[in-house]
Amino acid sequence: MSRGGPAATVIRSQRRASVQGLLLVTPALFALGALTLYPTLWVGWLSLQRRIPIFGVERFEGLGNFFFLATDPRFWKAAQVTLVFTAASVALELVGGVLVALALRGQRAGARVGLSFLLLAWALPSVVTAKLFEWLYNPAAGLVNFLLGGIALNWLGDPRLALPGLILADVWRTLPFVTVLCYARLLAIPVELYEAAQMDGAGAVATFTRITLPLLRRILLIAVLFRTLDALRSFDLMFVLTGGGPAGTTETLTVYAYRSLFQAVQLGLGSAVGVVVFALVMLVAWGYLRALRHEGLAA
Amino acid sequence: MGRAGLPRSLRDWAVLLALLAYATPFFWQLLTSLKPEAELMVLPPLFPSRLTWEHYRVVLGQSVMLRALVNSLGVGVITTVLALGLGIFGAYGIARYPIPGKALLLLLIVGGTAFPQIATVSPLYLLMRALSLRDTWLALILANTSFALPLVIWLLTGFLQEIPVGLEEAASVDGASRPRAFRWIVLPLLAPGLASASLLTFLFSWNEFLFAYTFTATEASRTVPVALALFPGVFEVPWGDIAAASILASIPPVALVVGLQRYLVRGLLSGALRE
Repeated sequence: MSRGGPAATVIRSQRRASVQGLLLVTPALFALGALTLYPTLWVGWLSLQRRIPIFGVERFEGLGNFFFLATDPRFWKAAQVTLVFTAASVALELVGGVLVALALRGQRAGARVGLSFLLLAWALPSVVTAKLFEWLYNPAAGLVNFLLGGIALNWLGDPRLALPGLILADVWRTLPFVTVLCYARLLAIPVELYEAAQMDGAGAVATFTRITLPLLRRILLIAVLFRTLDALRSFDLMFVLTGGGPAGTTETLTVYAYRSLFQAVQLGLGSAVGVVVFALVMLVAWGYLRALRHEGLAA
Repeated sequence: MGRAGLPRSLRDWAVLLALLAYATPFFWQLLTSLKPEAELMVLPPLFPSRLTWEHYRVVLGQSVMLRALVNSLGVGVITTVLALGLGIFGAYGIARYPIPGKALLLLLIVGGTAFPQIATVSPLYLLMRALSLRDTWLALILANTSFALPLVIWLLTGFLQEIPVGLEEAASVDGASRPRAFRWIVLPLLAPGLASASLLTFLFSWNEFLFAYTFTATEASRTVPVALALFPGVFEVPWGDIAAASILASIPPVALVVGLQRYLVRGLLSGALRE
């Protein structure tokens, strides 16, 4: 002990600990700053510009791109498709995911194998999923039309069927995620709760609504958050399966952004659409985190 | 619970069969990849008269897909190593040290896992072009690290917080330095968490499409999803070859799901169950 007594020693060792901590975090922080934070600021800057490299156009435009989008029917159509896609696929995944989790929970043998079949759908690259469903929906030799009794629907070519077809493919791919979360939660519910309910003469419906559903509430909120964020920013499936067509009926904001960026090569406008997706995602995340915190205090 | 008198084992079988049926899109593609060319566009019959490796021979005979498999594997492994190497120290720092502004840092990391790639793809594209990294593995590795690193830090911080600090403190009382305690006490306990984090990172990197599609230009760096999306068809769509290519692209994810399910599920759960 030199000067200052024990209190100063504690402060000094605490300071040393924070310096060590910072040193440990710095490389990761640097990488995140360069690869995530910097591009995010940059895309904000790009969205304020008019940039069409092939015509040599590059100038600051303020909010011009956003004003353009506000009156752009294609943008509003894409926003509508994005919201319909997100709402429908999250809702279906949630209901389906819970049902499958309930079925799995009753499983005495083979739950692991069953889970493998489900996780398979989740783990495939979404480009593979797109190719799987493109073939399933094939008008002439697709399994879907065959199973529907040999009809000749052109699923991906019909403006009324393409979006439902796309949603179905997304539900197939991501329902297992909801199932895994719910299944884990269900396994943690003590069997005694159900036995007590049975003794009291509660039916299956009452048991589900009074015991299972309230206990699943929190995990379902989390599942909805994750799935909504993923659905809002998903790109691969629609880009490869339908390319946004037919007649723009499956063109989401992400596909519109990509097209503007790399096919029309309007970096400013495309970045502005990207910024809108970013804002949407952050807004949803913020809203849900608030809801979750509220939930946490209430529970 | 609504088992309606079905014998237990019969019910088990019914559920298992239903789940098998759930995976039909995949198995149908598998069957398609083994069908003779002439029988592809005819349905019924459901099952082909014979099975053939022809489509796999064609796909593997082209350099495109073979090269893409190598690219995906290389990019996936290096991304995983890089994200884990940076992430493990970052997570340890966050979990164990009093860092100023920690709450903000964690918020940035959680936000990082939610970042839409479509928003960062244009600046990253300009960045890669400025650094002359277009069409290289490095471009993909760096871009994938942008979403892999927040995930790894998030997961590992959680796993580290489950390991009692007392163990390291006991070791330091016994005279072990902090790095030694980390190496011999924390690391072995963290192994399952590391397995989960690397599995998810590799999987996401293998499946990643938007960055790979944007930053690559030739066979030199095209990954499997890109090669599959750009699969060449001259006059007719080669459904059998596409099916074979999709099955090849699915081998690593399927192997991970079947062989290492426990770690995969654990990673998924701990990623979602924390706030």
